[in-house]
Amino acid sequence: MYGFEALTFNIHGGYLEAIVRGYRSGLLTAADYNNLCQCETLDDIKMHLSATEYGPYLQNEPSPLHTTTIVEKCTLKLVDEYKHMLAQATEPLSTFLEYITYGHMIDNVVLIVTGTLHERDVQELLEKCHPLGMFDSIATLAVAQNMRELYRLVLVDTPLAPYFSECITSEDLDDMNIEIMRNTLYKAYLEDFYRFCQKLGGATAEIMSDLLAFEADRRAVNITINSIGTELTRDDRRKLYSNFGLLYPYGHEELAVCEDIDQVRGAMEKYPPYQSIFSKLSYGESQMLDKAFYEEEVKRLCLAFEQQFHYGVFFAYMRLREQEIRNLMWISECVAQNQKSRVHDSVVFIF
Amino acid sequence: MEYIDRLPAMDLMRSEKMMLVQLIIPVESAHRAVSYLGELGLLQLRDLNDDKSPFQRTFVNQVKRCAEMSRKLRFIKDQIHKAGLTPSPSPAPQPDIDLEELEIQLEEHEHGLIEMNANSEKLQQTYNELLEFRMVLQKAGDFLLSTGSHVAAQETELAENIHVSDDYVETSSLLEQEMLPGPSNQTGVRFISGIICKSKVLRFERMLFRTTRGNMLFNQAPADDQILDPATNELVEKIVFVVFFSGEQARVKILKICEAFGANCYPVPEDAIKRRQITREVLSHLSDLETTLEAGLRHRDKALISIGFHLAKWMNMVRREKAVYDALNMLNFDVTKKCLVGEGWCPIFAKTKIQEALQRATTDSNSQVGVIFHVMDSVESPPTYFKTNHLTNAYQEIVDAYGVAKYQEANPAVYTIITFPFLFAVMFGDWGHGICLLLGALFLIAREKKLSSQKLGSFMEMLFGGRYVLLLMSLFSIYCGLIYNEFFSVPFHIFGSSAYGCRDTTCSDSRTVGLIKYQDTYPFGVDPSWRGSRSELPFLNSLKMKMSILFGIAQMNLGIMLSYFNARYFGNTLDIKYQFVPQMIFLNSLFGYLSLLIIIKWCSGSQADLYHVMIYMFLSPFEDLGDNKLFWGQSVLQVILLLLAVIAVPWMLFPKPFILKRLHAERFQGRTYAALGTSDIYDDEEPDSARQPHLEEFNFSEVFVHQMIHAIEFVLGAVSNTASYLRLWALSLAHSELSTVFYEKVLLLAWGYDNLVIRLVGLAVFSFATAFILLMMESLSAFLHALRLHWVEFQNKFYSGEGYKFRPFSFAALNDDED
Repeated sequence: MYGFEALTFNIHGGYLEAIVRGYRSGLLTAADYNNLCQCETLDDIKMHLSATEYGPYLQNEPSPLHTTTIVEKCTLKLVDEYKHMLAQATEPLSTFLEYITYGHMIDNVVLIVTGTLHERDVQELLEKCHPLGMFDSIATLAVAQNMRELYRLVLVDTPLAPYFSECITSEDLDDMNIEIMRNTLYKAYLEDFYRFCQKLGGATAEIMSDLLAFEADRRAVNITINSIGTELTRDDRRKLYSNFGLLYPYGHEELAVCEDIDQVRGAMEKYPPYQSIFSKLSYGESQMLDKAFYEEEVKRLCLAFEQQFHYGVFFAYMRLREQEIRNLMWISECVAQNQKSRVHDSVVFIF
Repeated sequence: MEYIDRLPAMDLMRSEKMMLVQLIIPVESAHRAVSYLGELGLLQLRDLNDDKSPFQRTFVNQVKRCAEMSRKLRFIKDQIHKAGLTPSPSPAPQPDIDLEELEIQLEEHEHGLIEMNANSEKLQQTYNELLEFRMVLQKAGDFLLSTGSHVAAQETELAENIHVSDDYVETSSLLEQEMLPGPSNQTGVRFISGIICKSKVLRFERMLFRTTRGNMLFNQAPADDQILDPATNELVEKIVFVVFFSGEQARVKILKICEAFGANCYPVPEDAIKRRQITREVLSHLSDLETTLEAGLRHRDKALISIGFHLAKWMNMVRREKAVYDALNMLNFDVTKKCLVGEGWCPIFAKTKIQEALQRATTDSNSQVGVIFHVMDSVESPPTYFKTNHLTNAYQEIVDAYGVAKYQEANPAVYTIITFPFLFAVMFGDWGHGICLLLGALFLIAREKKLSSQKLGSFMEMLFGGRYVLLLMSLFSIYCGLIYNEFFSVPFHIFGSSAYGCRDTTCSDSRTVGLIKYQDTYPFGVDPSWRGSRSELPFLNSLKMKMSILFGIAQMNLGIMLSYFNARYFGNTLDIKYQFVPQMIFLNSLFGYLSLLIIIKWCSGSQADLYHVMIYMFLSPFEDLGDNKLFWGQSVLQVILLLLAVIAVPWMLFPKPFILKRLHAERFQGRTYAALGTSDIYDDEEPDSARQPHLEEFNFSEVFVHQMIHAIEFVLGAVSNTASYLRLWALSLAHSELSTVFYEKVLLLAWGYDNLVIRLVGLAVFSFATAFILLMMESLSAFLHALRLHWVEFQNKFYSGEGYKFRPFSFAALNDDED
């Protein structure tokens, strides 16, 4: 039914699309960020946020605030909104919404497994987990000793189970293995999400494939940069790249053999959309790359709202909110640590 | 003309006269002055620090302190609520305390509460653990007994085993926390017992099964009591379990899983005597703890109650303080930093009251310098403020929902008070239904005091807010129902007997030939004999249709009249000459004439076809009317009216923009460099600077297009709006037909059976249909249509609705807002 979503979309998706667009208009604006950046203390931030949609979540916090409290409460708002939408959603939107959280689930699994490896307290680790990526038996992850057990005991019940098929080994868990596992899982997740969106068809497929391709490419670049100078072989590195996106397949070949950041740059500059990102950076620099990617992502996410009758807005909204929370965290940290000069280093304005 | 000016002023017709005032308040008396103003609630302060963010303002710290205090108050309120107490204002009046004192007190109270909570939580935790331990002991003991006997049958070295285990248990019971491995150590089977939330049991069991690869035995039994979860303060159902397994590896894993699932493990000795002993100990501990817990709880409740006495007052106080500082933040410091400068709108009648309040503030705070209060000129349009009462408020809300009146514009709410319920009733005319509505409205009004103080649901809130609308609507429904002669669609002979009767005693031909009139016309409303006759519908339709047109024309004329009053009030002769007059002529020469014909036809009983008259008035105005002639000179009159209507259209279209252009040209004649002095010129010409001078450039094409749109809209609107009033007829027809159906096809049908059950069912269906379909849905639809007739057909003739509401700084409004 390509092109005819407008006829039927509103039957199930109309209400939630309206909701999500309403939520989006609650995102902080540039004026809000300007005010926030001028704050002197965390109390000022709280006061400013109390005039925004975060107000009800922060108003009952006692006065010596911590950055973590602010972030926690802001995340709580996102989670509440997500749960509200999920509760209202019907198929296939509910599945789509669930897909959005799998990324957090992977991160949480990795967090817990790494934490137990370093003998941290499980409760402490659980508190650090992203609430969107929680699943029932997450605490049991601590029991597992190797990947196979991890899969057999816990993950077989979770939606992540199919993604595990590629990384079941009997090897003991160590930092390197876990990182590879994270990327393998993420690769499988992105590919699965991509296929799911293609199956949905219409504007959803069109917009989501663009957003997911960007995500996949960004991960490919990050994997490359992070694996430079490690013992990861080129073939292994190649295997971690998702099998879609703008860079697939020729860009991947080039990235796989990169030995330093400038080679990555050389490979990426052949692709016009990424040329502009890399042209902002000076040679040999990779610090600001994250911010540049985030800015590009935010731009693309905002564009998703320009079209109607597709599910991309839900994905875009969740991502934008997460970016906003990252911004708030950065601003609060800068304010708390008296580093106000660095406030603008990492804040990505959404509008 | 003078007569109109001499009419007594109507409060609701024009919004209160406002003035812009400037206050210069010395710093020392500022707080008091602003709080007195808040009590008075008649001054709307303008935000002079619009460009500053909230935390750059002067009194930001005080605002923050108030926010912090209200947070503490909310915390305390929450605690009181959690403890199941209701905060009541204390019987004896409390001495006033100032803010600093309150802050200190609140700090203490919060601290005390948090400490008490922490203590009781700790106690509760221990209590819970002991309670769980008791249950585990009890339940797990049962399992062990049964398995023990099972084992006994199998094992031969039973006696030996018991001896060994006895020793073992004795030594290990000294290490209370140590997990007790079962006595069947030698056989390699050990157990762990504990307790877990009911909701997690299934997953827990599955996980255990997976980790031990099925080499375990899981026993469970529901616990007798529910356990209070201190985090959520809810009772949770729990399940006691005992897992039997073998091997040290499995033990570590199972313990880890227990931890992950939040299951509490407790050691249970296998020996029954030992178990009993421990149970006794636990029980005594439990009763000790219980008394301690209770004492703690009592202590906390007492503290909470004593706070509860003040709570409402404190909350109110903090809220007011915060409002005062918010208001102070809107003021500006003057250059010397000794005074605060504020600007605001107030109604002229409130001037003396405000001055008095400011005077009082000066003397109360022993200030050397008084507050300076003076009126300023303004170019901005003032806010619109209508003084309303209980009854008029709802109608004003109806009008405001469309748009707030421009400053001093004629207020349609004055007429809406009567026309709205009346038009509603024309559509909802049934005195049975009207009485039901009236009872509802009277109920709401009788309990007004009680209901207004409590919080209602959104639907009830709406109903309660509109109780006086409902009252008038129901009264008019009864009136219209009497005219339509319908009581739940049944006609009654209230005003004497019918004017019609049968031709002979047998009445055999009444359905075919009809009835004859044998006495005077029925004195009030529709004759009951029409009911059920073959010509009922044609008669009622013709009546209601003509009636709707008459009401419509009357209301539209009223609207145009109001535009005259507006133009006159604002001294706009152009609008009178080139808008009001042609509009009146156009509407009345066509549809006013139609109304005249309707009335003549009703009075004379003529059988003329009005459609024909109206249509041929346009198609062939000079043709002879023939049978349709109603009065002498009708054809000549028609031609004149038609001519007038044709002339009226260009009259309202062309002159106004051209005259405006000429006026503009005259004003700037010879002033090539006018732009520099523009503002001076306007100030001279318009001393009333509250009205905004047109500083923008005169754009002829824009004005002309605007006028064209306006004229076309009016001409087309005259036709379509008149047609729109026919909804009165349509809805009234629908209402009466629906109620007839329910009455005849449900109630009468059921009554036809001589069976009590069927009759009762019929009655039930009838009353439900009446209540939900007729009383609720039909009244809603009639309400909406009446609303539309007012907003669109009536108000577009004169109402611009571009003003903004007067929102005074007032403590009274504050209390309504929150909670």
